[in-house]
Amino acid sequence: MTLLETSVRLLPAVGMFTWAWTMIAVPLAVAAFLLLAGKVADRWGHFVAVGAVVYSFSIAACLFAEMVGMAPDHRAVDAPLYTWFKVGVWEFPVGFQIDQLSILFALLITGVGSLIHVYSIGYMAHDERRRRFFAYLNLFVAAMLTLVLADNYLLLFVGWEGVGLASYLLIGFWQHKPSAAAAGNKAFIMNRVGDLGMIFAIGSFLAQVGTVRFDAVNSMIGAVDSGWATAIGLFLLLAACGKSAQFPLQGWLLDAMEGPTPVSALIHAATMVTAGVYLIVRSHAVYEHTPFASMAVVIIGTVTLLLGAWIGSSKDDIKKVLAGSTMSQIGYMILAAGIGGPALALAIFHLLTHGFFKANMFLGAGSVMHAMDDDVNMRHYGALRKELPITHATFLMGYMAIIGVPGWAGYFSKDLIIDAAVEFRWFIGALAIAGAGITAFYMTRLMFMTWWGKARWRPGVHPHESPKVMTWPLVILAFFSVVGGMLMFWWIQTWLQPLLGYHETMPFEPFTSLPGWATLAVVVLGVVLGWYTFGRPEVTIPIEAPKANAFVTMGRNDAYADAIMDVAVVQPYAALGRGIVGADAHLVDAGFMGMGTLLQGVSESLRKLQTGYVRTYALTMTAGVLLVGLVMILSRMG
Amino acid sequence: MTFPWLTILGIIPLIGAAFMLFPVRLAARPVGLIVSFVTAAVGLAIGGMYLGGTTFLEQVPWIKTFGAWWSLRLDGMSLAMVLMTVILTPIVLVAERKLPERIGRWSSASFFGLVLLLESMSLFVFMADDVLLFYLFFEATLIPVYFLIGGFGGAARRAAAMKFLLFSLAGGLVMLASVIGLYAVSASAGKPSYLITDLAALHIDGTSGRWLMLGFLLAFIVKAPMFPVHTWLPEAAEQGTPGTSVLLVGVLDKIGTFGMIKFCLVLFPEASRWVAPFMIGLALISIIYGAAAAFASKNLLRLIAYTSISHFGMMVLGIYAFTSQSITGSIFYMLNHGFSIAALFLVVGFMIKRRGTAQIDAYGGVQKVAPLLAGSFLLAGLSGLALPGMSTFISEFLVLAGTWTRFPWVAAVAALGVVMSAVYILSMYRRTMTGPLSADVAKSFESDLSGSEKLVVLPLIAIILLLGFFPGRTVETMQPTADSVMKIVQLSDPVPQAGK
Repeated sequence: MTLLETSVRLLPAVGMFTWAWTMIAVPLAVAAFLLLAGKVADRWGHFVAVGAVVYSFSIAACLFAEMVGMAPDHRAVDAPLYTWFKVGVWEFPVGFQIDQLSILFALLITGVGSLIHVYSIGYMAHDERRRRFFAYLNLFVAAMLTLVLADNYLLLFVGWEGVGLASYLLIGFWQHKPSAAAAGNKAFIMNRVGDLGMIFAIGSFLAQVGTVRFDAVNSMIGAVDSGWATAIGLFLLLAACGKSAQFPLQGWLLDAMEGPTPVSALIHAATMVTAGVYLIVRSHAVYEHTPFASMAVVIIGTVTLLLGAWIGSSKDDIKKVLAGSTMSQIGYMILAAGIGGPALALAIFHLLTHGFFKANMFLGAGSVMHAMDDDVNMRHYGALRKELPITHATFLMGYMAIIGVPGWAGYFSKDLIIDAAVEFRWFIGALAIAGAGITAFYMTRLMFMTWWGKARWRPGVHPHESPKVMTWPLVILAFFSVVGGMLMFWWIQTWLQPLLGYHETMPFEPFTSLPGWATLAVVVLGVVLGWYTFGRPEVTIPIEAPKANAFVTMGRNDAYADAIMDVAVVQPYAALGRGIVGADAHLVDAGFMGMGTLLQGVSESLRKLQTGYVRTYALTMTAGVLLVGLVMILSRMG
Repeated sequence: MTFPWLTILGIIPLIGAAFMLFPVRLAARPVGLIVSFVTAAVGLAIGGMYLGGTTFLEQVPWIKTFGAWWSLRLDGMSLAMVLMTVILTPIVLVAERKLPERIGRWSSASFFGLVLLLESMSLFVFMADDVLLFYLFFEATLIPVYFLIGGFGGAARRAAAMKFLLFSLAGGLVMLASVIGLYAVSASAGKPSYLITDLAALHIDGTSGRWLMLGFLLAFIVKAPMFPVHTWLPEAAEQGTPGTSVLLVGVLDKIGTFGMIKFCLVLFPEASRWVAPFMIGLALISIIYGAAAAFASKNLLRLIAYTSISHFGMMVLGIYAFTSQSITGSIFYMLNHGFSIAALFLVVGFMIKRRGTAQIDAYGGVQKVAPLLAGSFLLAGLSGLALPGMSTFISEFLVLAGTWTRFPWVAAVAALGVVMSAVYILSMYRRTMTGPLSADVAKSFESDLSGSEKLVVLPLIAIILLLGFFPGRTVETMQPTADSVMKIVQLSDPVPQAGK
């Protein structure tokens, strides 16, 4: 691959760009307002929240339009707001970098975010805490925009932990459910483990380069010795693993499905979980100096894309299938980000198309749950096609996009990544192709179990299509699931080129290359296998999950990640805590108090003192202090 | 001589405390509150003038034979501690103003009096620029705290107060030896003086410097409770009222870290460099030990006390990592921790008032009936786990990043505290506020935060957020203290490799 030539020069913000910060401030202010407003805002608060996101979207759209009109080398703009704080030579600005990369994210976050806000009006209509739900959603949007628009690592970290907070609040939104509260905690804590990577990386930047600004870090990273570059690369990868649910920090994402489904769509599919990809792409200059860390990124991505697909294949919970799928698809992005060069743009490309089709399918799943009294078990579904025609049609578009039917969005973005992977190392490419086949299999399984085949509804369930406020966002997302790839594949690499600094772009040649044909063949195979196992007319799907082989059982249990974590970390830590509390009382404290017990007489007289009048102590103590003073004066005189 | 602002500031609460000696009954609360607000106003005015460029130094000879002075001075660090004290005191008084008229032998007037006395003594401690003066006020703070713990609070409060006193007196006695030793050193060098500036000019190195330094350090380690001399704190916090704990942990314990910078580092730079590895080790143990113990605690007040042990470990780490960033971070940490811990203790106080116990098991599902209380608890907790956006994040970041530039491995171990704090805070919140709600708990929490309780929580949260979003000026005010200390210990910040 190619090396970075020069660092990107940022232009000072003028005009519209100086207003970029309001994209963050408006949803943040609305979030605070909704939380403080009280019950009066219950009836209209959610409209204000929608308004805030739509506002941010329109600013992002205007900025994007303006950038399109500018020369490719002049599209990166710096909009400083104020100096956050400085200590010694360190200076930490609150400033925003609006460039080819961050604007795409801003559009995705606010665009998909707006649709999901609208959808939530219907989805959360009967929840008495809807106002608070929208406050948290707005908080999330503000934090996520801070993450992607920040012009330095520390401010990015603010957004990074901010989305973690929003995620925590929303996963545990139904706090009365112990499982939801536990899932929220798990997400936050596992993310904090990843955040150690961010703290270490920022510490290293400060120690090695003396700044955390992206532009300065990029231009000076070459002067850092390669050991530190590798360390920083690994630190950033750790952070990415936490936020993007990559192996070995993937466990929280499946539990996160406890949150309301719009949350799963927005935070745990389309935007927040892709922040790790953003981080690695944003830090590409670091990885260009460290083949070792880059390789680690590639390996983590590859492992996770297979692990996620495996888990997705064995779950019966529709949301967990989609969650496994999200891990897997993000694995593709991480893989591309690790390969570097033009593949960086492909990571972003797949991130955007995935944002469309996965949000689409999650919201579709929400619509199904709405129809099925919040049941998530696909074994209780089947034949919903007729009852929910719009949701079915939109979901079908998402399905075709993710498995990569030629022409649909995922086809372009995933095939390009597979090409890049094959070019990088043939076996990585082979695994990526295998992943595409498994994806086709589990998605086909999901389609048959949910939409087609025979009805296995529980008694008393009467499926119905969702209201328009929910189906319209689905239709729009379905539209982009179809055309998203066609809209972007021909320009996204050129668009990001000046920023990411690669020399050549990857050509898109699906029907002339071997990997393209191989992928297509494997996908067909996966679909056929899915049909054969779950879709043939003579197949009946049992309502209770049948006993399965070890492979499936392991997948159902998230590859035993929780059990391993429990034995290796949770239990020992709890034991350590109990041990310390016990030791604190019986060893450390007793050690000191024991000295007193040795002098039984002293403690006896102390006990007597305690029963005496409190005024006596006051006198005694005052006398003591005075005595000290007196002794000192006397000693001087003598 | 200019107007003695600092002396006046310290005397106002003292006058208020004296007033409580009279049989005042009804007047005690309003007078106590007014005095604390007046003190806060004067303190803020002084802060404003300081930021405006006024220097504050009040020096008159006190005991000439010892070379002791009535000397008060403000620098960035002491200003921060003074402001924290004058802001927290009225908040505590508002929070505790509904104490029963009589508690055993005590009246609520005595509580107000003791708090004001403690405020006065603490202010003088933070402003004192003379070692003997500092020492006397340092010991004098024990009197009000002892009675605050022993007179108001849980069933075993007397034993807890006694334990606090024994630990503190032991530390204080060792320090006294050092104080006397300092006199000997300065007298033998010519004219005796207890002024810090004069003593620092003596460059007390070598063995005598080390012994004298250790005397101070031991007292400060007990005060800023560090492993293994921390065991008085969980008990004092469990037995004292939440208001007392705020003043104890938030204000008084800061004398420990404050003293390490102002006395250990400044008077004995060489000895401090010598003891640094040991202190860093102790700090790391405290961070991990306190956090693990907090996680396993079954009592809310003990839990919060243990988190403080962990946080004090962070502050001490920043001090002995010897970078201008980490020391600035520590000073800022001292300030932020005061507000954060106040919010935690006081909100827990509101919970205990309703439920009658601090046992975590007795709670669950509270957020469903008292969302404002739960929200305040969560915000206070998030400040405890140093979430970005909160002021505590900036100080913790500066300590960790500053330490990282000199000792990456040490910082890496300390950073485990970041994960562990998330564990103890969130599990505390989960166990008390979420999950199914029992009828019993629902009955206890019929009322959400009252007006005056909001008045207690709001300013704390506001300060924490304000300093989180706009910390620039505050950090700049504190940095000169760190810079001068760095100069005294003759160390400079590591230079970035790529910038060379």
